[in-house]
Amino acid sequence: MKIDRRSFLSFVIGGAAGTALSPLPWKLTDDSAIWTQAWPWTPVPTDGEASYVNSICSLCPGGCGITARKIDNRVVKIEGMKGHPVNDGGICVLGLSGTQLLYGPMRVKAPLKKVNGRFRQISWDAAIAEISNKLGELRSKGESNKFACISGTDRGTVSELLSRFLTVYGSANFTRTPSIQDSYELTLHLMQGVQGITGFDVENADFVLSFGSGIIDGWGSPVRMFKANSSWKNAGGKVVQIEPRLSNTAAKSDKWIPINPGTEGALALGLANVIIKESIYNTSFVNNYSAGFDKWKRHILDGYSPEIVTKVTGIDKAVIVSLARDFAGSKKPLAICGRGQGRTPGSLKEFMAVHALNALVGNINKKGGVWNLPEPDYINWTELKMDSVASTGIQKGRVDGAGIEKYLHARYLLNRLPEIINSADVSPIEVLFVSESNPGYTMPDTSSVKKAFEKIPFVVSFSSYMDETAQMADFILPNHIYLERYEDVPVATGFQKPIIGLSKPVVDPQFNTKYTGDVIIHLAKSMGGFIADAFPWENYEACLKETLGDRWDKLVENGYWIEPEFTAPGWKEGFQTASTRFEFTSDDINSLSRYAPVKPEGDKASFDLVLIPYDSMRLAGGFIGDPPFVIKTVEDTVLKGKDILVEINPATAGKLGLSEGRYAKLTTPKGSAKVKVHLFDGIMPGIVAMPSGLGHTAYDKFLAGKGININQLIGPVEDSSSGHDAAWGINAKLVKA
Amino acid sequence: MSTLDDQTKEVTETSSPEKEESSQENASGGFIILFFIIGLIASLLVGWIIFPKLLYSKKNQPIDFNHAIHMDLVEEGCESCHFFREDGSYSGVPKLAQCIDCHEEVQGETENEAVFVAEYVEKQTEVPWLVYSRQPDCVFFSHVAHVKTAGIDCVQCHGHIGESTNLKAYEENRITGYSRDIYGKNMLGYKKNPWDRMKMDDCADCHKEMKVAQSSVQTKKDACFVCHK
Repeated sequence: MKIDRRSFLSFVIGGAAGTALSPLPWKLTDDSAIWTQAWPWTPVPTDGEASYVNSICSLCPGGCGITARKIDNRVVKIEGMKGHPVNDGGICVLGLSGTQLLYGPMRVKAPLKKVNGRFRQISWDAAIAEISNKLGELRSKGESNKFACISGTDRGTVSELLSRFLTVYGSANFTRTPSIQDSYELTLHLMQGVQGITGFDVENADFVLSFGSGIIDGWGSPVRMFKANSSWKNAGGKVVQIEPRLSNTAAKSDKWIPINPGTEGALALGLANVIIKESIYNTSFVNNYSAGFDKWKRHILDGYSPEIVTKVTGIDKAVIVSLARDFAGSKKPLAICGRGQGRTPGSLKEFMAVHALNALVGNINKKGGVWNLPEPDYINWTELKMDSVASTGIQKGRVDGAGIEKYLHARYLLNRLPEIINSADVSPIEVLFVSESNPGYTMPDTSSVKKAFEKIPFVVSFSSYMDETAQMADFILPNHIYLERYEDVPVATGFQKPIIGLSKPVVDPQFNTKYTGDVIIHLAKSMGGFIADAFPWENYEACLKETLGDRWDKLVENGYWIEPEFTAPGWKEGFQTASTRFEFTSDDINSLSRYAPVKPEGDKASFDLVLIPYDSMRLAGGFIGDPPFVIKTVEDTVLKGKDILVEINPATAGKLGLSEGRYAKLTTPKGSAKVKVHLFDGIMPGIVAMPSGLGHTAYDKFLAGKGININQLIGPVEDSSSGHDAAWGINAKLVKA
Repeated sequence: MSTLDDQTKEVTETSSPEKEESSQENASGGFIILFFIIGLIASLLVGWIIFPKLLYSKKNQPIDFNHAIHMDLVEEGCESCHFFREDGSYSGVPKLAQCIDCHEEVQGETENEAVFVAEYVEKQTEVPWLVYSRQPDCVFFSHVAHVKTAGIDCVQCHGHIGESTNLKAYEENRITGYSRDIYGKNMLGYKKNPWDRMKMDDCADCHKEMKVAQSSVQTKKDACFVCHK
């Protein structure tokens, strides 16, 4: 037998024929086609029973109701709660992405202790014992006032527990992270004599004059503002946006008026000048329910004529006059302020100028106007009994200088703390608790904040996420995240009715985390004495249930409790000033320095441009960082790869020799960064706009290392009237890189 | 390089006697056919016997299950365990919680039962059942539309699994990851019963035959979009 080429070919042909007659080729073809349609690496959601849990989102102070959709025991989607008075079914992109905060890699999974610069897991009992020992030591030295706490809010049971703990321990150094809430509170306090919350009846306003407030960029309660913005469009309401940059809000407004940054207060006073001069103000309100008008009027007529204001603001005189007429001529005009999302308190006098505009048109505590809401009053715990150490500690006062001397009216001045710590030989704070806030990222001049944190010997973070502040802490005692815990959410920023929300556990805690409230109660109990007595509850949930009392059942059922019949106190009862009227000026107000535009840091000779931050719904710039889904939505004119883009006017770019997409070095008195340039006609010449919310160094690989944190480049500017941070930007320089 | 002499020799050889030539051709032709047959048979063996064995992996279920015994004990047939939820969605393979209703303690004396209680009930772990009839994620299939609205019996698609006394091995297509029951046991795709296979054509045939709505209830789109939403 001879096997030759022919035999081989014949074997192959036989094989081919056999193969064709077998299922092999046909099945393989079919299977490979199917394989391409259902890639094995594509995640497939598991099937299971669908259920819904109503809760409240606390990722921002907006207080939206949410409905979490679950499949078996896993949250698969978060939607807006239908019928909720704040957001009625709507949700923002951050709220929508909450599932990634629940299951994502940025969670702190167990209590951690820093040993030789690295975090090690520690048991809850050991961690609490160590912290309790440290606090006991400090107290026995008579230095209880060296204990401080930074909290994201000062409302609700958790922050009340924290501040109660500090008080009974002997420290007045409980502090809240800054926001426009500080300025609005002071404005109400000084002009209306009330300690309350500002609510805006935006749904009923027909002419909204926004001094840089990002109505659809996250100001107030974002979803509510989106809905209000749509309702104005449908009902023929007008929006005038005043800011140096064509933000989304400006783009969607009826009129955008670019203004020299930082001079918004001058414009408000200029508008007041026209309104007064033309006598188009609400005489009924001004004559019968206000005080100090004549004095204020003289000051306004003398100092803020359209001619003068034109020079300061860069806005044409005719525009100022017609804007004043339109505003005063509307049925329900409303002026709002607080730049962007309102994370910086801003200039108090600017807020008062804008509030005075509202008063001129008589829309204080009226339909479509600015309302004064009482502080939530449901937390009524037993009176504290304090020992002598505690009383002595409290008498030593606050480190940040709030409530004394020149900043008599301020309650918290966190912005002053880094400087005070850094300039002292020994840190005046020895133990610091940080709860639901990330000052290491959100505070201006991050490098000095970092330096101050390094100087504080003992920092405890309660963060659920590995954020910048948690990374600097000595202990991380992770709280359950908002989807895993019960918690009262006492207000919705800017909402015009008192509302209490209740966050409910949507799922069981996923990791070895613990209620911050429980940690405080345990700490107090382990310290004994009056401190233990001040916390009679077995645990946080018991405390919360007892505190909410009769409201509990309704809160568990609905997710919120509202006073539907609430209306703002009228003009007669609304003002608790010495004159019982709205005060345009008063002795207190006169004792503050006069309005002057806040000057940005840095000399014009070395820094010829001005850097301003801008906020966007797609970039979470607060305590919470962008989850992966949200960072994916950021346009490549904002973030390209890992590069941040700054916006400059083509005219400015021409002068600097920069073109679209070019690298440049952005320098301010606080530092410098490599950025890319995006040419944008919607930014005034001479200004560089940079998005806030990028440049995280912590969290996870999806967020860290992308772009630049604008707080590295901007420092705080102390408002001479309030002590709060009034920085709206900083002088800067941009050169080719 | 061949010389002139070589070429002459070659010519001489090719012009050898005809008889010899034909016998040589016959022998070589036989070989060719033989090799053709060898190739044919070998490839048929590969295609029909080896290939299916390679294509499908066989896995046993984590524990065995006797449908027949359970069917005798329950009152509502298949739906006693494979029920519809209040919202109309179909529960599919029962969860441990359902089993625990009766199997909190060991029932009967089989070893299988003892393992089930020890490994799953006591440890509160779900049994990782392998689902023979699992369709891929790209297919939208509503049990309630077929069972409740159209009144189709479970057997029509799932066969007589309810009468089985044990669970057969689960065969998974190594390429597609699908259960073999979707393509069917028969490698050519022939089927005798409707439950023998459940590929796209089988769905389409039945929809055509039953003259059901040709568009999706949710999206009103027709053709592919009835099942691929």
